[in-house]
Order: sequence, then structure tokens, then C-alpha cells
Amino acid sequence: MNDLDKRLINLLQDGFPLTARPFEIVARQITAAGLEASEAEVMQRIQALLDEGILSRFGPMYQAERMGGGLTLAAMKIDEKDYDRVCEQVNSFSQVAHNYRREHELNMWFVLATETPEGIQDCIHEMEEVTGYHVFNMPKQEEFYVGLKFSL
Amino acid sequence: MDEITQLRLRKAIQNGLPLTQQPYLTLARELGLTEAQVMQTINDWQDDGLIKRFGLVVKHHNLGYKANAMVVWDIPNDKVDEVGELLSLCDAVTLCYQRPRQLPQWNYNLFSMIHGQNRDTVLQQLADIVQENGLSAFNRDVLFSYKLFKQCGGQYVQASTEQISKGLSL
Repeated sequence: MNDLDKRLINLLQDGFPLTARPFEIVARQITAAGLEASEAEVMQRIQALLDEGILSRFGPMYQAERMGGGLTLAAMKIDEKDYDRVCEQVNSFSQVAHNYRREHELNMWFVLATETPEGIQDCIHEMEEVTGYHVFNMPKQEEFYVGLKFSL
Repeated sequence: MDEITQLRLRKAIQNGLPLTQQPYLTLARELGLTEAQVMQTINDWQDDGLIKRFGLVVKHHNLGYKANAMVVWDIPNDKVDEVGELLSLCDAVTLCYQRPRQLPQWNYNLFSMIHGQNRDTVLQQLADIVQENGLSAFNRDVLFSYKLFKQCGGQYVQASTEQISKGLSL
């Protein structure tokens, strides 16, 4: 990652200009901060960072609740002998994202995202039937806002 | 802009903005709108909170933040707001949520994420947070992840199941 990449990441995590030529604005901001960059370079580097997997996306991050869907954090306590089987079964649900194995009695943690709020319960029921394990449902009750912390 | 057009725009950008010189014009042409309409609508969505953030989303793991700890706390209900605010102000904390206890198996009601270069740095950051904020009286647990099995999924807009929640914050 070069200096331009770092500047781009620090600058653009926080927002992207809503103007006709936004990459040109970004190039000017970076140039004004002492590192020369052109519009074309900015576009090329963003594409490269996406291709390299440094960025997961470039665009909007939606507020899930406002999309009319359901969202929750779920956890399961899986016996070691069943872990791989259950993991595969859980991941086969299209509603599952970010499935992490964690070091705890509750050893499987994942996010469930459904098209409707009611979809969460339906999905959990189905998952419990398929896997034979209880699913702990831990929806957020309150979010404490943290700023952006990945500065380079 | 009518609801169907809004939904089409939402879908058009949920996997990312086009990397063209004039991305809003590119979108407008695809959708039969004007560039001004596209920009105004995205602006409105940011103002009213439908879009939480608009820009780059990094994969922290690929930036060298290899350790990812979910630090969970058992905080008395009447103190959870106060402690949540404190934690959210700590530099090392990247997410902070109140969630329901699941008694008797799970006593924790405050969830925070700490990302760091490795486990030792994460634990040191946590120790600092506990000391600086006077949190040593509260029970807590640290759940390190050691494998990410799936990073995709979620469905908010029809027929686009796999990609959308990449853009959701958890």
C-alpha cells in the first residue's frame, strides 16, 4: 500500500463527495494536503484496493433497520464433534453473514439479516430444526456510536 | 421520485458506486433519471439515516488488524448507558452495543469490539480501558475469533441476497 492509498482510506471512510466529478474533488483534496494525485490515479487506486481485497466496498453502508429488514446477532453452543456439520448447515442459510468461531462455550457467532423483522424468528426456528441446536438471539437494544477508527 | 425508482437506485448502488469520472451521471443514465436527482436522493438518504456512511469500507483483517476480540460486559441495567458511552469513546473500541442477557447461560449485556494487530495488543488495550475508566468491578469476558467462516449474505432488497449486507454495519 502506498501513501496515496493510505490517504484515500483515511479520507474516504468518512464520506464521498456528492458532486458531478467526485474523484476530481478527492484528487484536489489530497493534492492540497501535500501529496499530488490526479483524478485518474484516485480512480485507479480505489479499483486496485478493491481488487486487492483491502476494501470490501465503495459506496453506501445502509442502516439495516431502516431497510425494513430484520437484523440480529446470534450465537450457538456446538459440540466439537458437530462443529463442522453445523457450521456448514448454518452457512447454507442465505440470511447468515459474518460467521465467526470464537473461544467460548458459545462458540459460533454470526449475524442474521432477513427481509422482514419477523423473518428472524422464522429463520432461527428453521435453523434449530435443521441443526438440532439452540440458537441464542441477541438483537441490539442500543447502539453507542463510535467514530471511525481505522486510520493509517 | 417514486418508490420503485428509489428501490432501483438503492439496488444500483448497494454493491458499490460505478468507478467512472461521473458516477452519478452513469447511474442516472442507467435508471432514466437526471444526475441531479441521483445526487439529491443519495443526499436525502444520508440526511435521514437510511445511509449510515457513504464511502470506503475497509477489511480490517487485510489492513493488518489480525486480532478481533468481542469483549462482553455484565453491567447493571441502570449503568449500562453510562458505561456504553465511556467504551464508545475509547480509541480501541470499534463497535459498542447493548444486547439482552440470556440467563442463565449468558450474563453479558454490553458488547464491544476491539481490533488490534495481535492478541497481546488487544489485551493490553483492554487492560488500559478497564483501568482508565474504572471498570474493574464489572465481570467481563474476551471472545477472540479464530476463524471467519463466512463473510457475505443478508437480504434486504429482493434478488440481491449475497452482496447487500457487505454494506451493512453490524
